[in-house]
Amino acid sequence: MSASRLGAAPKPPSSDDNAFKTQLVALIPHLRAFARTLTGDPTAADDLAQDAMMKAWDARASYQMGTNMKAWTFMILRNQFYSEKRRSWRQSQLDQEAAERTLVAVDDPEAPVALDELRQALKTLPEEQREALILVGAGGFAYEEAAEICGCAVGTVKSRVSRARRALLATLERGGYARDGQAAGDAMRTILGEADRLSGARD
Amino acid sequence: MTNSSESPHRKVDEKAGTAGLEEARLRQQAIGVKLRHMFDEVVNEPVPDEFLDILKRADNRSGEGGA
Repeated sequence: MSASRLGAAPKPPSSDDNAFKTQLVALIPHLRAFARTLTGDPTAADDLAQDAMMKAWDARASYQMGTNMKAWTFMILRNQFYSEKRRSWRQSQLDQEAAERTLVAVDDPEAPVALDELRQALKTLPEEQREALILVGAGGFAYEEAAEICGCAVGTVKSRVSRARRALLATLERGGYARDGQAAGDAMRTILGEADRLSGARD
Repeated sequence: MTNSSESPHRKVDEKAGTAGLEEARLRQQAIGVKLRHMFDEVVNEPVPDEFLDILKRADNRSGEGGA
């Protein structure tokens, strides 16, 4: 309605750059977390997060200060992930390395079992459901923001999230993923117990 | 929370259904808590120096560029 926002005079580039950089640095932990859920591998995730960070930095002129920078950087990271995936170079090698690292992680007796169950179950979800659930269920984004990040309709995000939730619950209750010696239902029981502990004593 | 207009019989029927729904809701909630925890765990990790180094180098470059 009002045209007053259009009248805002552009600030000198240097002060804008500093403000942008401060915000970008604050978002790095979130970019790393989102990248980790997309790639499932810490090393590949950090590569992706660094690429996204630099893409955002290079594109800072096109970012409108005051708009949702978290959503904007997540969109960049997501696009980066899928375009790299399409190229899929060195993918098989990464998978190999990731598999080895995962084995090491599981060997750690201190590693919380339920997190691993959840990770395994997340992997069984279709990609678009997984990312929608992560954005809304863990990243703290509203459906509208998640829709913007994924470049789809709000209703689509809503249905993806709800399908993801149902599928995840079913998978965890059924124990329907490859895991040796794990009785069906164990995963869900562990998660219920873990969640009680987590919500009781937040660290 | 409770609907005062419903009959006592219906209330009993609904109770069984509600218990199932409640159980499902609790499970979804538990998954939600774990999901956020999984994400926050990474958010709370210290950021590797590499990130800031890369950004600093880029910033210095753009400073020299002037435009």
